[in-house]
Amino acid sequence: MLLRTKLHGKTYEFPDIRILMGKANEEKSGDHLAGVAADTVAERVAARLVLAEVPLKVLRETPAIPYDQDEITRVIQDAVDDNIYNELKDKTVGEFREWILADTTTPDMIRRASNGLTAEMIAGVTKLMSNMDLMYAAKKIPVIAYCNNTIGAPGTLSSRLQPNHPTDSPEGIRAEIYEGLAFGSGDSVIGINPVDDSYGSVARLLDMTYDVIKTWNIPTQNCVLAHVTTQMKCLESGSPVGLVFQSIAGSQKGNDSFGISVGLLDEAYALARKHCFPKGPNFMYFETGQGSALSADAHNGWDQLTLEARNYGFAKRYSPFQVNTVVGFIGPEYLYDARQIQRAGLEDHFMGKLTGIPMGVDACYTNHARADQNAIENLAVMLTAGGCNYFMGLPMGDDSMLSYQSTSYHDTASLRQLFNLRPAAEFEKWLESIGIMKNGALTEKAGDASFFLKR
Amino acid sequence: MDDAKLAAIVEAVVRELKAAGAVKPFASSSDTPPAPVLQTSSPASTVPIKPHTAAFSGGLTIDLPDPVTPELRYRPLVKNPKDASGLNALVASTTARIGVGRAGPRYSTASLLLFQGDHAVTQDALYRDVDQKLLNEFNLFTVETKVTGGKQEYLLRPDLGRLLNDEAKRIINEKCQKNVNIQVVVGDGLSSQAVESNLRQMFPVIKQGVQSANLTFGTPFFIKHARVGVMNDVGELIKPDVVILLIGERPGLGRAESMSAYMGYKPKYGDTDADRDVVCNIFENGGTNPLEAGAFVVQIAQKMRQHQASGVKLKMAK
Ligand code: B12
Repeated sequence: MLLRTKLHGKTYEFPDIRILMGKANEEKSGDHLAGVAADTVAERVAARLVLAEVPLKVLRETPAIPYDQDEITRVIQDAVDDNIYNELKDKTVGEFREWILADTTTPDMIRRASNGLTAEMIAGVTKLMSNMDLMYAAKKIPVIAYCNNTIGAPGTLSSRLQPNHPTDSPEGIRAEIYEGLAFGSGDSVIGINPVDDSYGSVARLLDMTYDVIKTWNIPTQNCVLAHVTTQMKCLESGSPVGLVFQSIAGSQKGNDSFGISVGLLDEAYALARKHCFPKGPNFMYFETGQGSALSADAHNGWDQLTLEARNYGFAKRYSPFQVNTVVGFIGPEYLYDARQIQRAGLEDHFMGKLTGIPMGVDACYTNHARADQNAIENLAVMLTAGGCNYFMGLPMGDDSMLSYQSTSYHDTASLRQLFNLRPAAEFEKWLESIGIMKNGALTEKAGDASFFLKR
Repeated sequence: MDDAKLAAIVEAVVRELKAAGAVKPFASSSDTPPAPVLQTSSPASTVPIKPHTAAFSGGLTIDLPDPVTPELRYRPLVKNPKDASGLNALVASTTARIGVGRAGPRYSTASLLLFQGDHAVTQDALYRDVDQKLLNEFNLFTVETKVTGGKQEYLLRPDLGRLLNDEAKRIINEKCQKNVNIQVVVGDGLSSQAVESNLRQMFPVIKQGVQSANLTFGTPFFIKHARVGVMNDVGELIKPDVVILLIGERPGLGRAESMSAYMGYKPKYGDTDADRDVVCNIFENGGTNPLEAGAFVVQIAQKMRQHQASGVKLKMAK
C-alpha cells in the first residue's frame, strides 16, 4: 500500500490507513494523546488529500479492530447490507462526500445508503467535511423515532429534562422537573443521572418520575441512567421504566471497562421491549463521546473520531429512541477547548445521522477545559441549524452533580423561537393544553416551577 | 448491613470522635440542604436586592453586596409566581439553579451574572496544590505519579497520572506495611480543595471503622497528580485486600469541594473501572456527608472482602 502526496512542494507519506485516518482529523488533544495526530497543519491537509482518494471498500476492509478480535466490529460488519454496499464501495471518500452533499441526493437515498456503510467509512467522509458541510449534510438526514411521543421530526426540537441532584433527593429532583416542564423541556425524556446506583434508590426515582408523568398526563418517558444491570433489575421487578439507558464505547475492550457486552445489551433490549411502559417501539437510550475508548486504553491505536463512529453502529442494533454524544464531558485531555468541542459536536451529530440513528447532542464542557457558556450556546445554534434532534435541559445549564455545564431549559425554548421550531408534536399539544405554550412560544405562565405544585 | 445498623455505626464513631474533639457536629444528608427558605409570600421584595446607589454631585455610586450569599443566591426571581411560598420551598430543595425566572426565553440579568461569577472562581481553583499542613496532620508522606510537567501536563496526560514514578515505588516499598486488609491512599485528582474540605472528617472515621472491625489499616500516603487508575500500582506494591482512594472530583460550577472514594478488591495491573466501586459527591451541606461516607466505605470494603470481588463482579455476587 502506498499512501503519498505532495503539497506545496513537500512530500508526505503515510504508512497505513490507521495513521492516515488519525492525521486527517481536525486537531484534537485526544489524538495527540493517542499519538496519531498530524505533526503540522500541512501534514493534516496532506492526509486529507490522500484520504479523499481512498475507495470506501478499503475502509470497510480495514476496521479499527479486526473482526475476529472485537464483537463491536462484528456487530457493525454483520449488519451491512451487501447489495447497498456494492453500489457504494468503489466511490472514493472524496466522491462520497460530494454525493452526500449533492442536490440530486435525497434524504431517502442517504438513509438507504446508511445500511451499506461501516463506521470506518462514515468516519472517513466526516474527516473531509468542513463545519458547515457537517451541518448541511446532517440536516439532509432526519431520523425519527417513537416512544410515548415522536422525536426528530423536521420542524421540531426536543429537550431531555435532566434534573440531577447531588444526593438524589426526590424532592429536589421533583422541583427541578417542575422548573424544566415550565420551560417546555422534557419531550425527549425526563432522565436522571443517579448518584446512588443501587436498586432501591433507582426504583424510587423511577416511581417518582412516573408519578409526575401520570399526574400531569405528560406524553413523554422517564429514565434513570444507572448502570444497565440495575435498570434490568428494575424492569424485572415491575418498576415503571420508559427508556433503558447505557453508556457505550466503540470497542469490546472499552465496553468491558463499562461492565457491558453485546450479550448483556441484547438481554437488556429484550427486557425493555417486554416491560417498558410506553408505546414504543423504540425503547433504548445511549450516550457516547469521543475519548471514552481511549480513556480505557481500548482504542487499539486508532483516533477518537473513528472509535466514536463505531458507537453509532453498535447503538443502531437496538433501534434506539435517542442517542447523544456528551461532547466535551470528559475533559481537556480529549477535547482541549471550545473550538475542538464545537468541531466534535458537529462531527458526532452528523455521523449519528449518517448511521441512521436519532441523534441528539449534549453540548457541554467541564471546568477544566478552555471553554465557557458562550461556546456552548454557539454550538447549540450550529447544531440546531443542522437539524439536531434534542439537547439537554439543565437548570441554567449547570449540573451540580456531574460537575459540568451544558445547555439549559431556557436554551431549548430560545432555540425553538430563534429557528421557528416546535417541541415534539404530542408534547406541544400537552403544553398548550395546560397553558404554558401558545403558537410555539412560551406564555406568561411559563418559567414558573410553582405552576406544577397543584394539579 | 441495613440502613439502621449503618446509622448506628456512624453515630457511634462520630460520638467517639467528637469526644476526642476531632470533628465538629454534622448535619446528616437526610436533613434538608442549607438553602435558606424565605418565609414571605413576596420573596423578591424582602431582600435588599437594590444596591446602594446614590446620586451626588460627582456622579453615580454603585456599591453592591456579594451576590453569592445564600440570601441572594437562593432568591427566586420569577415574576408573579403562582405560589410564591411554594416556589421558595422548591428552590430550597436543591442546589440546582431553579426559580431563576426569565427575560423572554433568556435568563434574568442577575442569574446570568451569578453564573458567570461562579464559573470565574472555579477556573481559579483548578491549579492549587493540597495544603502540606493537612498532609502532616495525618502523617501522609507524598509520592508522585509520572507527571513531571505540572498541572497542565496532568490535565492533558491522564495516562501518566495512572502510573507511580520509580521514586514513588521505592518510597512506598520502604515505608508501607504490606499485605494489609485495608489500604487508604489520598490523591489530589482534579481538586485539591476537595481533599482539604473533607479529609479531616472522613479519614478518622475510616481508620476507626477499620480498626473496630479488627482489620489491619495500611500505612496511608498521599499521591500528587493522581488519577483513579493509579490504584492498580498501589495494589501491586502493597498487596492489600482493598484499596480506598480518596480523590478530588473535577470541580463543578462554583463548587470545588466534592470528593470521591474509589475502591477496588486486590487491584492489579490491567484492572479497569469495571473492577472498581465509587462513593461520590462527598461534601458537607448538600452532598454525601464525609462522616457518613467514611462509615459507608468501610462497609463496602467489608463486602468486598466477604465476596472477594469489587465493581461489576461484586454487583453480580450480591
Ligand atoms: C468523568 C466521568 C465519567 C467518564 C470517565 C472517563 C474519564 N476519563 O474521566 C465516563 C463518561 C467514561 C464515565 C462513565 C461512567 N460513569 Co462516570 N463519572 C464521571 C464524573 C462526571 C467525574 C469523575 C471524576 O471527577 N473523576 C476524578 C478524576 C480524578 O478521575 P480520573 O482518574 O480522571 O477518571 C476516572 C474516573 O472518573 C472513573 N470513573 C468515572 N465514572 C465512573 C463510574 C464508576 C462506577 C467507576 C468505578 C469509575 C468511574 O473513570 C475514569 C478513568 O479511570 C463522575 C461524577 C462525580 N461527581 O464524580 C461520574 C460518576 C463517577 N460516573 C458514574 C457512572 C454510573 C458511570 C457509568 C457506570 C454510567 C453508565 N451507566 O454506564 C459509566 C461507566 C463507568 C465505568 N465503569 O467505566 C457515577 C457513579 C455512581 C456510583 N456511585 O456508582 C458518577 C458518580 C456520576 C453519576 N452519578 O452518574 N464517567
